[in-house]
Amino acid sequence: MKLKKNIAVSDSGFIFDPNSGDSFSMNPVGTEIVNLLKQEKDSDKIHDAMTKKYDVPPDEFNKYYLDFIQTLKQFNLMENDD
Amino acid sequence: MEKQPFERPFIKKLHSGMPGKFGMKMDFDPITEIDGINVKDLIGEYGSPVFILSEKTIRKTLNTAKRAFTTRYPKVRFSWSYKTNYLDAVCNIYHQEGSWAEVVSGFEYDKALSNGVDGKYIIFNGPDKSAEYLEKAIQKNSLIHIDHFDEMYMLNELSDKLNKKPKVAIRVNMDTGIYPKWDRFGFNYENGEAWDAINRIMIGKKLDLVGLHTHIGTFLLAANPYKIAAGKLADLAVNIENKYNHNIKYIDMGGGFASRNTLKGAFLPGTDTVPDFDDYAEAITSGLINSQIKPDNLPLLILETGRALIDDAGYLLGTVLANKRLADGRRSTILDIGINLLFTSFWYEHIITPAQPFSHHTEETAIYGPLCMNIDVLRENVDFPLLKKNDHVVIKRIGAYNMTQWLQFITLRPRIVLIDEKGKSHLIRKNETLEVFKSLEKTPEYLNNFKL
Ligand SMILES: Cc1ncc(COP(=O)(O)O)c(C=O)c1O
Repeated sequence: MKLKKNIAVSDSGFIFDPNSGDSFSMNPVGTEIVNLLKQEKDSDKIHDAMTKKYDVPPDEFNKYYLDFIQTLKQFNLMENDD
Repeated sequence: MEKQPFERPFIKKLHSGMPGKFGMKMDFDPITEIDGINVKDLIGEYGSPVFILSEKTIRKTLNTAKRAFTTRYPKVRFSWSYKTNYLDAVCNIYHQEGSWAEVVSGFEYDKALSNGVDGKYIIFNGPDKSAEYLEKAIQKNSLIHIDHFDEMYMLNELSDKLNKKPKVAIRVNMDTGIYPKWDRFGFNYENGEAWDAINRIMIGKKLDLVGLHTHIGTFLLAANPYKIAAGKLADLAVNIENKYNHNIKYIDMGGGFASRNTLKGAFLPGTDTVPDFDDYAEAITSGLINSQIKPDNLPLLILETGRALIDDAGYLLGTVLANKRLADGRRSTILDIGINLLFTSFWYEHIITPAQPFSHHTEETAIYGPLCMNIDVLRENVDFPLLKKNDHVVIKRIGAYNMTQWLQFITLRPRIVLIDEKGKSHLIRKNETLEVFKSLEKTPEYLNNFKL
């Protein structure tokens, strides 16, 4: 599960997808997750990092995380898994 | 190290070009308290969902409306439209402020009596008045607004039977240039039916014609139709005086002023577009004052304003049950409030506001209720902040009609709480319980047992 390579992410949470020309905005938590994905961290690492930093129970985080990844897929920002 | 507060991760596609109507910025601060009481505490004490009414707003709104009329016209009386919200505590606030009672059924008539309203201050409207209730209303000198000829004949008979002259008005419907025309209630002005009804009453001498009534529609977004309506009723009053030398005592302009809610399909919010009390008052009073009615005979002006007086005073508090993603990628948020409690969501784009601070990030969201029905939608598509399960929301401007048109479907109705002018909360309607429902049911003996 990887972010597409040439996607540009700014510190303020903007994403530009040169493949489609689409741009997106994210909140800080979303931005952090996308940056971790960009560094090719796996899901476990992302979970660890986020639940350490934020006041959120791990299973609750997991719910929002999966939903977020689903949305990234919907927006064609992820590489196809297979 | 202290952990930081968590907001669910969120990404939104940016669209270029014109903002759509759903892209309009929310006014948005959370509503964390109502009249000085914390929303969280209200839910903690009374449960979720819960209806909250502000006594301060009720009195303030009524007094604003009154001032708009009394500064323009010498004799004005508001009459509380029970159907809008007939909780006893609410009705009594209006009665304390001098409002009479306007009722449209035997049930409402009895409710007004039981609140202690003298029968002569009850206006009895509507197409469904039984002989029993008409007799009661005649005995108690109530103001009976005749809806159709059959009712007039019934009143004539009762007048003979009781040897008493009922006090009546006729309800008049008319063309004021608005659509839809409400022509199913009362007697039509343009085709002469209203004048015909008046002549029969005056010549029959069994009924005492004290007033003329109209209710031209509801949620009228223009004031001018009221001017036309007031002018037409004034013309009838003048014709009555000319022909019979009889002065009617009042003209009742009904209800229909818009509240500041936003109608579905409207491009701009109601707060920007709806006429205010001054606009309506100017239209109605100028219609009367500029008529041919002689200054000494100006009738009492009665108003049966409903929603515009109480919408702002009502809040519905609820809780997020779940978030989920729809097949088309949109987010949906499910609340414990459905159309069962928010009947007005069929015609208003209700403003749903988080009860706790939130960031400026929003997402296009469909907001659903908890009922297992496809039509249980509060908002189809609204830019909404990122709420989590168990977060609370406040829906404002819901004081009118929801506490009377609510549905019991699959669940029980919740508590209703009044916050008084000192900021103290009072339970004014208990929550319903299974026992309440079971107490009305009767199961035949042979259905009492089964084996599965
Ligand atoms: C006869 C009559 N009067 C008053 C009202 C109150 O109307 P509103 O809530 O639009 O002011 C109604 C509502 O339908 C009505 O039928």
